[in-house]
Amino acid sequence: MVSVTNPIDDHEHHHGPAKGWMRWIVTTNHKDIGTLYLVFALAMLFVGGMFALTIRAELFRPGLQLVDPEFFNSLTTMHALIMVFGAVMPAFVGFANWMIPMMIGAPDMALPRMNNMSFWVLVFAGLLLLSTFFMEGGAPAAGWTLYPPLSIQGAHNIPFVVFSVHLLGISSIMGSINIIVTILNMRAPGMTLMKMPLFVWTWLITAFLLISVLPVFAAAVTMLLTDAHFGTSFFNAAGGGDPVLYQHLFWFFGHPEVYIIVLPSFGLVSTIVPTFSRKHLFGYSSMVYATGSIAFLSMIVWAHHQFTVGMPLAGELFFMYATLLIAVPTGVKVFNWIATMWQGSITLETPMLFSVGFIFLFTLGGFTGLMVAMAPADLQYHDSYFVVAHFHYTLVVGGTFPVFAATYYWLPKWTGHMYDENLAKLHFWLSFIGFNLTFMPQHFLGLAGMPRRIPDYAIQFADFNMMSSIGAFILGLSQLIFVYNIIKTIRSGDPVSDEVWEGAENMGLEWNLPSPPPYHTFQTPPDAYLIDKVTATEVTMR
Amino acid sequence: MKRLQQLLAGIVLSGLGTVVHADYTLNMPVGVTELSRETYGLHMMVIYICAAIGLVVFGAMFYSIYAFRKEKHPVPATFHENSKIEILWTIIPFLILIAMVYPATDLTIKHYDTENAEMTIKITGYQWRWRYDYVDEGFGFMSSLKADSNAARQIDSGISPRKVHNYLQAVDHPLVIPVNTKIRFLMTSADVIHAWWVPEFGWKRDAIPGFITDAWASIDKVGIYHGACAELCGRDHGFMPIVVDVRSKEDYQAWLAEKKLILEQDNAQADRVWSKNELMVKGKDIYLSACAGCHQPNGEGIKGSFPAIKASPVATGDKDSHIELVLEGKGAMTGFAEALSPVELAAVITYQRNAFENNSGDLVQPAKIKEWLEDLGYDE
Ligand SMILES: [Cu+2]
Repeated sequence: MVSVTNPIDDHEHHHGPAKGWMRWIVTTNHKDIGTLYLVFALAMLFVGGMFALTIRAELFRPGLQLVDPEFFNSLTTMHALIMVFGAVMPAFVGFANWMIPMMIGAPDMALPRMNNMSFWVLVFAGLLLLSTFFMEGGAPAAGWTLYPPLSIQGAHNIPFVVFSVHLLGISSIMGSINIIVTILNMRAPGMTLMKMPLFVWTWLITAFLLISVLPVFAAAVTMLLTDAHFGTSFFNAAGGGDPVLYQHLFWFFGHPEVYIIVLPSFGLVSTIVPTFSRKHLFGYSSMVYATGSIAFLSMIVWAHHQFTVGMPLAGELFFMYATLLIAVPTGVKVFNWIATMWQGSITLETPMLFSVGFIFLFTLGGFTGLMVAMAPADLQYHDSYFVVAHFHYTLVVGGTFPVFAATYYWLPKWTGHMYDENLAKLHFWLSFIGFNLTFMPQHFLGLAGMPRRIPDYAIQFADFNMMSSIGAFILGLSQLIFVYNIIKTIRSGDPVSDEVWEGAENMGLEWNLPSPPPYHTFQTPPDAYLIDKVTATEVTMR
Repeated sequence: MKRLQQLLAGIVLSGLGTVVHADYTLNMPVGVTELSRETYGLHMMVIYICAAIGLVVFGAMFYSIYAFRKEKHPVPATFHENSKIEILWTIIPFLILIAMVYPATDLTIKHYDTENAEMTIKITGYQWRWRYDYVDEGFGFMSSLKADSNAARQIDSGISPRKVHNYLQAVDHPLVIPVNTKIRFLMTSADVIHAWWVPEFGWKRDAIPGFITDAWASIDKVGIYHGACAELCGRDHGFMPIVVDVRSKEDYQAWLAEKKLILEQDNAQADRVWSKNELMVKGKDIYLSACAGCHQPNGEGIKGSFPAIKASPVATGDKDSHIELVLEGKGAMTGFAEALSPVELAAVITYQRNAFENNSGDLVQPAKIKEWLEDLGYDE
């Protein structure tokens, strides 16, 4: 283990990972922990995906064929919880672990032992949550929002869900503290804040966002627990409480959570698009400011999820205006990406395909976002399939496409092997087609009046539901290609150069390291001239 | 096949941002109220704005991919900022937003204007049915999923939903209201949060236990309108549809008079002694619409969620505690004192005590329920 008593000695002996499987339990290496996070996220993607496919199988045609309605509700609830907390968030933490030290020229994360702990806490929290399936009364079935009174109605699972949320929160907050401390203290000399890659910036802001809102969520579910088991009435009108109070607390966390997922993905796309356009990111500083404003605005818009609860007119209007404002910085980001591509020299390797796919589909999700932000129109859209379509366009696209892009982008660097480009392109196109076939029809279902979270539906919704289910299976099964390609890359991919992508050595510090990088990197900080080379600094002086 | 072509055409068109106008189920209904028409207008306005923005943004993106691909444009430019254009594309979206906000604000204010209503309907959400109270007339009734849909929707029912008329969209007692009348709807709930949504009226509103929310509609076309509960409310959330029967003012008055007459007769019935057979027949009806959702048609409940009625200590034990539980509720179960009439309560309790091989032989008379209700302080 790393000795902290004599850091100078430590520099001298280049030790590798611990032997055998214990390496993965005790590791404090940012690359190992990054890998653990990514593998965990991939596993959870399939668990959450199985829930989704069971849902879509039940909805393939009208009538109940496969599952009891209560179990169906458990599936929708757990699908969301597992995807958000088990798959997407850990995937971004995985990239943060792998890449932030390499991007800022640091030898590791600032708090390596806490890093290990936050991963293993996450695993136990995930297992605890999944264990509720095997309890009497089953897994939580009130939707991932856990609205009372429904969520605490006769539920045995509440203490487990609440404790699991606490653990997930502890894990995320420890991870966030680690990221903030690393970024603020461990940057190589010359790597000023405004020279950091945008992925690092988006994670810095996301980490602050996580620390700000997760405790509110933890408090809200704790109040659920005491309402359910200790006789309090925070959310019970009969005892002087208010069920809508929970919704305010939940969405104070829940809306920023959307940006906790999407901001790092903005960072990934801002890293990948320049490489394949062979041109530095357009409007770097406005990207940083846009990220900051989105994060700030995301904390004052929460009640747009509650336009139908009958809040006072002034509240309804305020939350509509504030929500619409988010379109401005988000638009800036999209324009900047396109300006980066403008007059570039573009090639469409798979990372770029997924990034362009992201920009296209996420913008569509942004358009429906503008629609649902209009309070009076939301009285129609709210809790219909239109909303389901909207947030999958933003969250599935935001939570997976950049993750796939980044995996293909850095996998050759991590492993020293090239992935199979043809298989990867097949993965992209099947995902793209499957995704749109799944979620485009859901817009029409919602507009036509189909509520969300129902296991069965009236006959006029049958055709679109069938299309959606077919799309879901294409989308789900095509992820097996992704897994196969990763395994194939590790085992037998062609060796790659250090730069991997043409001109990438000018695009980031990591491309100036060997492929694969040694177990410990940047034990001596990179030269300042190297930092200037990979940022747009020189070109600014033009 | 033609159907499929239409579907595909619709998807392609809307994918391009071109909006499909057909009243085929691709778009929001224009609806039958002032609010719904204006909501539709706002919806279309935003779609057109988004389509225009999409054309420019995606146009620029795909043009770049085509024109600046490496084969054609091997040497990339080196610019990476331009303050003028960056300020411009911050300000222009802001101005577009302001243009959108004006009509949206007006319409929001209109939605909130529930004053000067000509009549009031109170809507109460129950797991999993609705209750409609005609506040000015002093009566109300429950509205549950119709029996044929309910039979077909059971897992492995063997009944094809396509063979059921208005599958999952029909109820036993629709809400009947007059046309061209400003109606104020008051929403609340007896258990968990529900939401009352009829797309043709242009809004949905949450029904929250312990609170009252409101909304309004003045429907300008006679007809039958369908809707559903829109807020997840537990196991049978998908099975509590809404049917509104909008009638001409004369037809509505006639319906009202008839309804009141039946009500009077029912009240008179509450004072006579009922036979076991009468109670069991009526009780079965009420059981299926009010109890079977949780306790199941066969009375066996669902393990871990809903206790069985069959051989239960309550239904086979002390009669008074059974009555009290049904009237006042317990834990997750709401009380039915106000939801059902004395005759209905007496019938359903009698049914529970004698069906499912419970065979207690006990009869509960409506008069007994009336005494209970007075003792508990419910004004009948
Ligand atoms: Cu409901």
